[in-house]
Amino acid sequence: METIISIKPLLAVLVSLFVIPVLVSSSGKPNVRESWIFVAGAVKLVLVLSMLPVILEGKQIALTLFEIAPGAAIAFRVDGLGMLFAIVAASLYIVTSIYSIGYMRGLNEHGQTRFVSFFALAISATIGAAFSANLLTLYLFYEILSLATYPLVTHHQDATSRISGRRYLTFILGTSIALVLPAMIYCYHVTGTLEFSTAGIFTGQLSKPAALVLLLMFVFGFAKAGIMPFHTWLPAAMVAPTPVSALLHAVAVVKVGVFSIVRVITGIFGVDLLADFNLGVVVMSIASVTILVSSCIALSQDELKRRLAYSTISQLSYIIFGVALLSPQGLTGGVIHIAMHAFGKITLFFCAGAIFVATGKKYISQMQGLGKKMPFTFAAFFVGALGVIGLPPTGGFYSKWNLILGTLEAQQTIFMLVLLVSSFLNAFYFLPIVFKAFFGKSEEEDNKTPVKIQEANLCLVIPLIITAIISVVLFFYPTMFVNLIKIGLSI
Amino acid sequence: MTDLLTLIVAKYNYWLYVILMMIGLYAMIAKNNLIKKLVGMNIFQTAIILFYVSIGYKRDATIPIIQNAHGGNDAHAAVIHAADYINPLPHVLMLTAIVVSVATFGVAMALAVRVYQRYQTLEEDELRMRLVDIGPEK
Amino acid sequence: MDNYPAIIVITPLLAALLAGIAAWTEERLSYPIALIGLAVSMFAAFKVLMQVITSGTINYRMAGWAPPMGIEYTIDLLNAMVLLIVASIAFFNLIASYKSVEQETNDRAGSFYAIYLLFVTGLLGVTATGDLFNLYVLIEITSLTSYTMVALGDRDRGPLASLNYIFIGVIGASFYLLGVGYLYLKTGSLNMVDVANILSGLHGSSTILVAFILCMLGIWIKMALFPMHVWLPNAYSYSPVAFARIVAPLMTKVMVYVMIRLMITVFGLDYIFETLNLSEAVVWLATIAVLAGAVMALAQKNLKKMLAYIIVCEIGYMVGGAWMGNQLGMTGAILHILNDALMTFALFLAVGSMVYKLKRVDFIDLKGLFGKMPWTMAGFVLAAFSIIGVPPTCGFFSKWYLILGAFEAGAYHFAAALVISSLICAVLFFKVFEICFFEPMPEGHGHGDSSSHVTIEEAPLSMLIVSGLVSISLIVAGLYSGTIVNTIILPFLQ
Repeated sequence: METIISIKPLLAVLVSLFVIPVLVSSSGKPNVRESWIFVAGAVKLVLVLSMLPVILEGKQIALTLFEIAPGAAIAFRVDGLGMLFAIVAASLYIVTSIYSIGYMRGLNEHGQTRFVSFFALAISATIGAAFSANLLTLYLFYEILSLATYPLVTHHQDATSRISGRRYLTFILGTSIALVLPAMIYCYHVTGTLEFSTAGIFTGQLSKPAALVLLLMFVFGFAKAGIMPFHTWLPAAMVAPTPVSALLHAVAVVKVGVFSIVRVITGIFGVDLLADFNLGVVVMSIASVTILVSSCIALSQDELKRRLAYSTISQLSYIIFGVALLSPQGLTGGVIHIAMHAFGKITLFFCAGAIFVATGKKYISQMQGLGKKMPFTFAAFFVGALGVIGLPPTGGFYSKWNLILGTLEAQQTIFMLVLLVSSFLNAFYFLPIVFKAFFGKSEEEDNKTPVKIQEANLCLVIPLIITAIISVVLFFYPTMFVNLIKIGLSI
Repeated sequence: MTDLLTLIVAKYNYWLYVILMMIGLYAMIAKNNLIKKLVGMNIFQTAIILFYVSIGYKRDATIPIIQNAHGGNDAHAAVIHAADYINPLPHVLMLTAIVVSVATFGVAMALAVRVYQRYQTLEEDELRMRLVDIGPEK
Repeated sequence: MDNYPAIIVITPLLAALLAGIAAWTEERLSYPIALIGLAVSMFAAFKVLMQVITSGTINYRMAGWAPPMGIEYTIDLLNAMVLLIVASIAFFNLIASYKSVEQETNDRAGSFYAIYLLFVTGLLGVTATGDLFNLYVLIEITSLTSYTMVALGDRDRGPLASLNYIFIGVIGASFYLLGVGYLYLKTGSLNMVDVANILSGLHGSSTILVAFILCMLGIWIKMALFPMHVWLPNAYSYSPVAFARIVAPLMTKVMVYVMIRLMITVFGLDYIFETLNLSEAVVWLATIAVLAGAVMALAQKNLKKMLAYIIVCEIGYMVGGAWMGNQLGMTGAILHILNDALMTFALFLAVGSMVYKLKRVDFIDLKGLFGKMPWTMAGFVLAAFSIIGVPPTCGFFSKWYLILGAFEAGAYHFAAALVISSLICAVLFFKVFEICFFEPMPEGHGHGDSSSHVTIEEAPLSMLIVSGLVSISLIVAGLYSGTIVNTIILPFLQ
């Protein structure tokens, strides 16, 4: 595979970092500040997309920054997988920026400059993780992301934020230091390198028990992926303002967690090694437990954001499930779900935020008949829900289809049941919301007053419509992502 | 048993210094009064100084001063046997160590005076009680 | 110039003399004198480092007398690095301390600078010297000045804390002296390299064993290795903050340097690891030190005391790394000397700014500090991340080597202690961050208040600039740790 050396990956990471001082200095002029965010977001997206043609040709872009020890450097390498993730993150950053402006201004939130600055830092870290060439760089950006999102999660600075923040840190920082760090160093100790390679880095140095322990340490250590029992931080993080929940916990933070596990499985252990040791089944079982249990818990949640949070936990495990199938279609389905789920889930979160800004309602039981007041929002919600459940005409169907085919391909038919049951559960906890919103009786109808359309402000509605449309588009045109996966994983 | 006795008798100087050191250490740790601790510290350091000096000692040797070494016509003609003179190097080193010991003692005494002025006592247990009385620390 | 090694040590000495005289006559001059003296020393240290990197070890003979009778300064890669660290931190600390010295010891500022310079002289001399007895003398110079400094701080508790410090310090130094005495008994020389040559034939001797143990015990007491650390928290908390800022990063680290010097150059690694069988026990001791320091830090309610116990924990890292018996562990220990000096300096700079503004740093005093002193807190946060071990700060990279070395040596308990202490440090610092971040500020907060402007009462500019420089260096040292290891540490260890 030909490798081109270019500083574009570094620039893509640094763009939003460099804009932070500008943001801080223009804190008194909100419009100037917001326009700088757009500029940064647009530049970032352009940079990322500019590398796309090269990747689609089958080449890679690399850049080594600092050599720490032989085989462990701080370096970037853009391949198919990383490009997929980066495109998703960068495009959604712009959309979320529009959304967060509307949200924060709509609620007249405090500390907006701090908010957008740490947001920018978080996105830098996400793109950095996407472009990481080895486990050390990935770990570096993973940690930076954890720390950069803490002020965002605890933005409201009240008592609940404090507790949630503590939980957030305990589960995310604690697991990464206690599990990932020793596992990573052990890998280096045994093999002398941490670069992601197509066939993994181990050449016979691992015995099966050691591989199992290491694998478990990584899977549970990257707690951002929300595997139970280290998932509690996700619902707790819902105290954050909705743009944070939307971008970070539907797109950036959680996807970095899942992405890291995907990288470890495909780039550190290697599909063949895991297949030889039959460890795919272990990971699939763990993922299945999470999928089913969190879907059940989602059913019992009345607060909309918490239901969405548990849905996210479940969907993330789909991705891990897919990758653990260790078969080409399973891998495709799992990885492409990163993109499909991102667009679908962010739509749902955007809707939740819009509902809160427009009506102040957080609980599903309050949302009867709301669809008549906010038709666009709930239409988008419907589309997003379809994407998460996995029904056509949304992109989510494509990923779910591949996952199901993947279970057949890998001869794990029992696990196909897991997929089907959980899809059923997904439908059960999403569709009633939509139906009640459109067909239920709202308070106005009870009072026999006419219902007027009263959406949230445009800044909030337009992004969610955009992402809903993209979800549908991805159903018809998933090819770009599929090609990236095929190239990235050599399948 | 005779071996042990021979050992003790032959190196009695070292044993003496070890006992002195232990006395000094004991005083530093177990005594309540600050001045007694200081005295113990001094004994401890002095014991070490004596130890060093005794390293340089040789049997039937004399003090390391060469007569008429500067000026005098017959000075450089004589051959100097090192075995006749005790080793001067430890003495020189210990001069420095004595200075250090005195300086430390001086600083410690000054501090003890300061402590006494503040608390009107030099007993450690009373000091501890009075520390609690003066309230939270800075 | 050939005399750079001497200049490094003598310039602060001369400056101390001049500053002392100035303190009697024209007090305003003592600060500039100190500044110039340390600047010259830092420049010379830099030159020496460059020279050693390019042309190898420097053997400098004081006044031209040849060893083993004369005193020789042997500057190799390890010394040179530590010399530069000491000189730079001393210099930058002086810049940052101007205001706080005025505040804390305003009537005796001149004497403060004089003693400060003497302290730095002692440290530089300890690092540079190649003679065992000279080392003792310089250790005592360092200790004496630090005894004095500790007493200059808190009027109530300072003198007593200093007295307790004196007692333990004297025991430590005297053990070392005794150890040197035993060495002299057997080898007849005091020059480090000379002794090493003679010792290579004496491995079975019990005198040398006792000498080794005594020297190690003495140095361990001086570096506050658990359980001989009792003097450190009180001594560092009650001293004036300008002094705590330099003694915390430097003194214990220089003692670690002395231990490594004794281990590598004087006694020799094959003696320690093959003839003696102490390394496992010492690594266990280090493990306990790491855990004890971290746990005791958890129990503290005062920021300075908490940081002091974290230092105890960090010393455990270095001792464990050095005694692990493999090159990776030793690399980690030496790298950690640099990194810990920087991290602790950054932490204490932030704390110093807080003390300057708040006068007290019990946890209750720290409410809402993120709003009031954002830049100071930014420096504090970065230093805290380095101690927790978050990349790309330097603390992560020394932990990397230490854990790697632990795996290679099979010392899994030490690796576990490192990980656990990182977690405990995370808890510690986030506890502080929470207090600084969450306690409601008087102006009203939360939804609906987008225009709250908290009055920023920051520390003076001199402190902020130094704090900023050090914070940047934390990241730079982290990212370039590969270069540092390859240029300085690995060649030294060959």
